[in-house]
Amino acid sequence: MIYDIVIGLEVHAQLLTKSKMFCSCSTDYVNAPPNTHVCPVCLAMPGVLPAINKKAVEYTVMTALALNCTILEYTKFDRKSYFYPDLMKGYQISQYDAPIGKGGWLTIDSNGVEKKINITRVHLEEDVAKLWHRGNHSLIDVNRSGVPLMETVSEPEISSPEEARDYLIKLRNILRYLGVSTGNMEEGSFRCDANISIRPSGSKEFLPKVEVKNMNSLRGVYQAMAYESKRQREVLDEGGKLVQETRGWIAEEGITVSQRAKEYANDYRYFPEPDLPPLVLDRARIEEIRAKLPELPEARRERFMTQYSLPVYDGNILTNSKALADYFENCLKLMDRSKAKVLSNWMLGDFSRLLNATNTEVENAKISPEQLAEMLGLVDNNTISGPAAKEVLEEMFHSGKRASDIVVERKLSQISDATEIKEVVKQVIADNAKAVADYNKGKQQALTFLTGQVMKATRGRANTALVREILIQELGGK
Amino acid sequence: MNELCQLTIHEAHELLKRRGISSVELTKATLKRVDELESKVHACVTITEDIALKAAEKVDNYIKTSNEITPLTGIPTLIKDVICTKGIRTTCSSKMLENFIPPYNATVIEKLKAQKAVIIGKTNMDEFAMGSSTEHSAFFPTHNPWDLSRVPGGSSGGSAVGIATDEAIYALGSDTGGSIRQPAGFCSVVGLKPTYGRVSRFGLVAFASSLDQIGPITKDVTDCALVMNAIAGYDPRDSTSVPYPVPDYTRQLIPDLKGLRIGIPQEYFVEGMQKEVRAALELAIGKLQELGAEIDWEAHLPHTKYALAAYYILAPSEASANLARYDGVKYGFSHQNASNVIETTEKTRQFGFGPEVKRRIMLGTYALSAGYYDAYYLKAQKVRTLIKQEFDQAFQKYDALVAPTSPTTAFKLGEKLEDPMQMYLSDVCTLPINIAGIPAISIPAGFANGLPIGMQIMGKPFDEETLLHIAFAYEQATDWHKRKPPL
Repeated sequence: MIYDIVIGLEVHAQLLTKSKMFCSCSTDYVNAPPNTHVCPVCLAMPGVLPAINKKAVEYTVMTALALNCTILEYTKFDRKSYFYPDLMKGYQISQYDAPIGKGGWLTIDSNGVEKKINITRVHLEEDVAKLWHRGNHSLIDVNRSGVPLMETVSEPEISSPEEARDYLIKLRNILRYLGVSTGNMEEGSFRCDANISIRPSGSKEFLPKVEVKNMNSLRGVYQAMAYESKRQREVLDEGGKLVQETRGWIAEEGITVSQRAKEYANDYRYFPEPDLPPLVLDRARIEEIRAKLPELPEARRERFMTQYSLPVYDGNILTNSKALADYFENCLKLMDRSKAKVLSNWMLGDFSRLLNATNTEVENAKISPEQLAEMLGLVDNNTISGPAAKEVLEEMFHSGKRASDIVVERKLSQISDATEIKEVVKQVIADNAKAVADYNKGKQQALTFLTGQVMKATRGRANTALVREILIQELGGK
Repeated sequence: MNELCQLTIHEAHELLKRRGISSVELTKATLKRVDELESKVHACVTITEDIALKAAEKVDNYIKTSNEITPLTGIPTLIKDVICTKGIRTTCSSKMLENFIPPYNATVIEKLKAQKAVIIGKTNMDEFAMGSSTEHSAFFPTHNPWDLSRVPGGSSGGSAVGIATDEAIYALGSDTGGSIRQPAGFCSVVGLKPTYGRVSRFGLVAFASSLDQIGPITKDVTDCALVMNAIAGYDPRDSTSVPYPVPDYTRQLIPDLKGLRIGIPQEYFVEGMQKEVRAALELAIGKLQELGAEIDWEAHLPHTKYALAAYYILAPSEASANLARYDGVKYGFSHQNASNVIETTEKTRQFGFGPEVKRRIMLGTYALSAGYYDAYYLKAQKVRTLIKQEFDQAFQKYDALVAPTSPTTAFKLGEKLEDPMQMYLSDVCTLPINIAGIPAISIPAGFANGLPIGMQIMGKPFDEETLLHIAFAYEQATDWHKRKPPL
């Protein structure tokens, strides 16, 4: 039987506010010793009260607007009750039936076709403490408790592991463009739970869904969705029955394991948070925030295509990462705008290859946009040849040195002196009798080979056009 | 009995200002009184003698060099043990917090400290403010000074008794369904529950967050106004406090009630009400009329009969979440003889909470559970809205409403302990006020068989001034407040 996959994603993103959601403790806890960013409020001591972080509300409104949501004029917080030692108050302040944003969408690329994924809601809540399990006991670090957490819930409209990954990349990109979250999955500031079920192809019924947790990378989400859809398919194909349950992704083994069946799930006993009056989001304020939204990925892609005459492929890849697009524009500012495509080729080619090979984020690269612009300038004014430029870029990437210094150190400046090239050409002709013979028989590939040999002999420094010209001349002008 | 501890705030203030007495003398007088009486009445959970005397000495040094002393400067006070005091244990009369010392002050404590108040101790209460007799204290019951075999009311029983017996000059209580007013009525002192949002709740250990409010318990109405001047006001740490300006609450303390329209809601004169209470109230209302008020004996608040039921859904629901933080992990009582974290939490709660607290946690948990929420919590919220609207309408006709504080005088210790429903009914006249969020004051209005009777005056939201005005005029015309219990 052929099955369709049905996936809905819940994404929790920590917001980049300075202070926590309901108290003035700093959110900058990542490298802090345990329990140093705490106060009576985030420790839930008796008698303390929450006070709303306005910036967190603003960030959530921005996100909801960017995701095309309706912003509720009257929103409120609710208490979600359950017992767990990482939850200080015994309840989490969250939003139940009046989230800040409702009914939005974003588009993803599905096999080359744009697909709209509807967003159910965007709401604001607070993070919990971190537990450290040590043998037969556990330790609690409350630093994370109360950090603003924004939850974005998609409709179950994602149909494949690829789409799930693309959705997350798209959403993360939007958050980064807005500057509201680092979107870092590995550090846990961008977390994803997935609800996944399968059903006979074309059917509209919903079979029991599985909630998959503990995926802490995009790859993890992709692999977990692939694994889980396959597992469910096998259960059904073997005549088994699926149960609604929560399963954890074990990245090391590449499997999901059952954590608890849904029928034993918590009854969260939501009710309106009496310590916080309903939040009225003034329309004028919403419009003010909307007007101040930064340029979002799709608008930027369109602009790249019109302003810089980039093809859609380049525009997509460059703008799919805010950091990459920023890098591109910072670099281009120092160059002639007509060189946009050249810059894009370098960035999407050798530069990206180096970033990927070393698992480096563009913002952490040792080559600054100024340095890249300088290097491309050297190519443009024929100081270095194309092949030499590749070598220079690699050296810059690893050492952070300036291109001009590397050129001097390595004596890489282009040889455009005909006499000097002629010397090398003569030597190459002498050493490659067979190729010369082939050439004389009319084999044009032999010329390419010989050109290559000259370039090799000059370590890529010779001016290619000149080499070719001199070769033809020396071979008898044919 | 020494006379210093009998002083009111305004009397003591005059003496301090004229340097007729020192704060140390006054503080010593109250501490001596505490020493004499505590074995009989058990009003206090903690006495902070050393801290109090040090504070009083500092105040005296300050007074020597300054003419700027505010009404509460150097005056000894008792604080209900549900209000957090930095460095002084705050137990909520619960085993759960028996050794809990907060590292912070409640906002009201900060405000009192800014006025250089002298805290002499923390008072007994029903555990986590859940109860109407102070018998639900995990430590000991407090006794009514007018008849030691009777309850003082609750949950702020310790604070009311402390003031009725002159153990302190004034006290703070908290009121979720009548916890300031009912014990004030039972003990013949003045107790005000301010409008919800008028006084910051920051540092008040939560029972039912949408109903809780801190207020003064004092020997007379003037003192009540003076304490309100000190504690009222917006607090950024309490989002439910309201940024309205704070008036001078002594401004309207005038003995004439001309032009005031007062309604007498018939629904508060309930069946089963003690006949002496009814008679005393009728006399007191007659007095208000004599003082110039226009009385409508036929006011009606028909939804009053649903208030008790709604209250016992809403308050326990909020309590069930508010008390979830006591899990034995972070602070307070922690049961050590358990094999895992779930068992630790279960046993901590099993042995840390008393029966009434457990009853309310279970009531609230049930009312909020999936499948019951609409029938209970949501329905109760709708009743709440109706009750609010009904008060709003009444206040279009009346400046205030007057009713008994309780349907009976103080009952015997143990009399209602085994019958929660009878215990809950003792708050039938006070809890609609918390549901509506409006202010109400209880003042001494007579005696029956030697037991005090309280008159409750209810007002418009944020119109505590009118309540104090009526209470003051009545107090000037009577001398119930001057009677002292026969100890």
